[in-house]
Amino acid sequence: MIAVGWRRTRHKSPLVERVPLWRGVLAWIVALVVFFPVLYIFVTGFKSEQNALGLPPTIIPTTDGGFPLSFPFTTENYAAILAPERNFVSFFTNSVLTVAASGLLVMLMAIPCAYALSWKRRGQNRDILFFFLSTKFLPAVGVIIPLFVIARDLKLIDQPITLIIMYTSMNLPIAIWMLRSFFDEVPKDVLDACQVDGANTRQELFSVALPMITPGLVATLFICSIFAWNEFFFALNLVATRAATVPLFMIGFETSEGLFWAKLAAAGTMAMLPVVVIGWAAQRSLVRGMSMGAVK
Amino acid sequence: MALSAPAANATRIPILSGLFDWVRGNLLLAPALIYAIVITQAPFLLTIWFSLQKWNLLRPENSRFNGIGNYIDLFQTDEFVSALINTVALTASVVLISLVVGLFYAELVNHRFPGRGIVRTLLITPFLVMPVVGALGWKNMLLNPIFGVLDWLITSLGGPRVDWFAQFPLPSIIIIVIWRWAPFMMLILLAGMQALSDEVREAGRVDGATAMQEFRFIVLPHLRRYMQLGILLGTIYVLSEFDSIAMTTQGGPGNATMNLPYLIYRTVFYSYDVGHAAAMGVVVVVLTFIFATYLIRMLGRLMEGNR
Repeated sequence: MIAVGWRRTRHKSPLVERVPLWRGVLAWIVALVVFFPVLYIFVTGFKSEQNALGLPPTIIPTTDGGFPLSFPFTTENYAAILAPERNFVSFFTNSVLTVAASGLLVMLMAIPCAYALSWKRRGQNRDILFFFLSTKFLPAVGVIIPLFVIARDLKLIDQPITLIIMYTSMNLPIAIWMLRSFFDEVPKDVLDACQVDGANTRQELFSVALPMITPGLVATLFICSIFAWNEFFFALNLVATRAATVPLFMIGFETSEGLFWAKLAAAGTMAMLPVVVIGWAAQRSLVRGMSMGAVK
Repeated sequence: MALSAPAANATRIPILSGLFDWVRGNLLLAPALIYAIVITQAPFLLTIWFSLQKWNLLRPENSRFNGIGNYIDLFQTDEFVSALINTVALTASVVLISLVVGLFYAELVNHRFPGRGIVRTLLITPFLVMPVVGALGWKNMLLNPIFGVLDWLITSLGGPRVDWFAQFPLPSIIIIVIWRWAPFMMLILLAGMQALSDEVREAGRVDGATAMQEFRFIVLPHLRRYMQLGILLGTIYVLSEFDSIAMTTQGGPGNATMNLPYLIYRTVFYSYDVGHAAAMGVVVVVLTFIFATYLIRMLGRLMEGNR
């Protein structure tokens, strides 16, 4: 499509050359400033509540907080958040379950669909692709009211299946567009060779095409997991306690009158870390997912 | 046998039999397509229907068809009009400033220097952080007027103490949302920069272009398509911004940071006013689709150019 992008094999361009030292230093300074809020949330989780409010901000964990910018390291906040009465583990398990189940459902529907759209060239393909695109651009607030009313009438409020259904529909268009763009990259000769050998569609898909796009498959699953894990709006409106996911756990800190920043930071770290790590691993595919495969 | 029964029935009704044949000929496509229609299109049609009703969940006995009455009501209430203005202001400033900041990030990492991979990873991280956590972190640890890092920095440099969410509520939200979206713009623009062929840049250098001229006359024009793509995608997503408002100001003080998604949420779940909330939902969808139409056209052109 419009770009070649970062492939791992991209040749080293002679023009993208080393630049003067100050440009590298500037890039590092900007990156550290941009990253600071994340770092600060992370380290604050290991402070005592009192130290969490201390200024100037401390960022180096030590045993006694003896030198500048350092604080005494403690894991008491993690212990407090993970204590049985706060139920964090149940929120976390719900998130894992919801993300995994919706990821599986998305893949079950998106793989055959993307394969058909990529390999069986027909006039209707374009319309179907753009239909999926338009469903992605339908804002959640445009559908939430009927969904809430229907879920209420069907007694589906606060059931895990409700969020699984919503996250599947939210990620389905992304997965179809991404997977199609990966299938498009499989050389045409490979498929032609299969057909000469008399392979049927199923054999083509499972023994030839899918193995060739395994990295793309993993990337797509990662991208879908990131969006589902972080999703807040549907969770807030459609589940309450039984099926509540990690973002809902964080609401407790929105209203807190006492300043429980260290506990907020510990919970926030556990909430964001899984997906930040997955995102780092999938960063080369992130833009492809967000742009529906248009930018590679 | 179980499968052939509906087929036999369907053949009697032309539309159904046509549909059935289509599904049978498109078994690979059908599940995803049917799922998307049922879960997204059907609720949206219901939203339109609800928006024409006078319907409060607390007083269902007063429900009646209200035509475009809800829409007329909306444009006569200050709350809706100010939310509409806030939505446009928030979206426009976030998207445009993110684009400029993202361009800056992209230009920084589009050259080789020690640790470039790590710098790029650090720069995209805000986009990965759970928005709810990011907003809470900003609200408390950075923008708190007493214990916040930003105010500490400003006051130690001799500046005034700023109560961000009280004095500059909407700009504070905008800062948080830009922090999240600038990395996304960087990713799109970086892909654009790396697609620029070396020959073109080289030709510029041979002709004696300075680094500034090269950027202004070669890189920027080339990036135009990518900027359009970033603006359209950014607009579509930021129009629905909800998390950062829910976690910080909840629309306040007054209605200073109330945008349409948050107002819809409040109208349904605090006032139980389904009719008016649905009408606002339709307004957001219409706004979104103005931009989505451009985007779809653009992606269509890109697709054709590629085939």
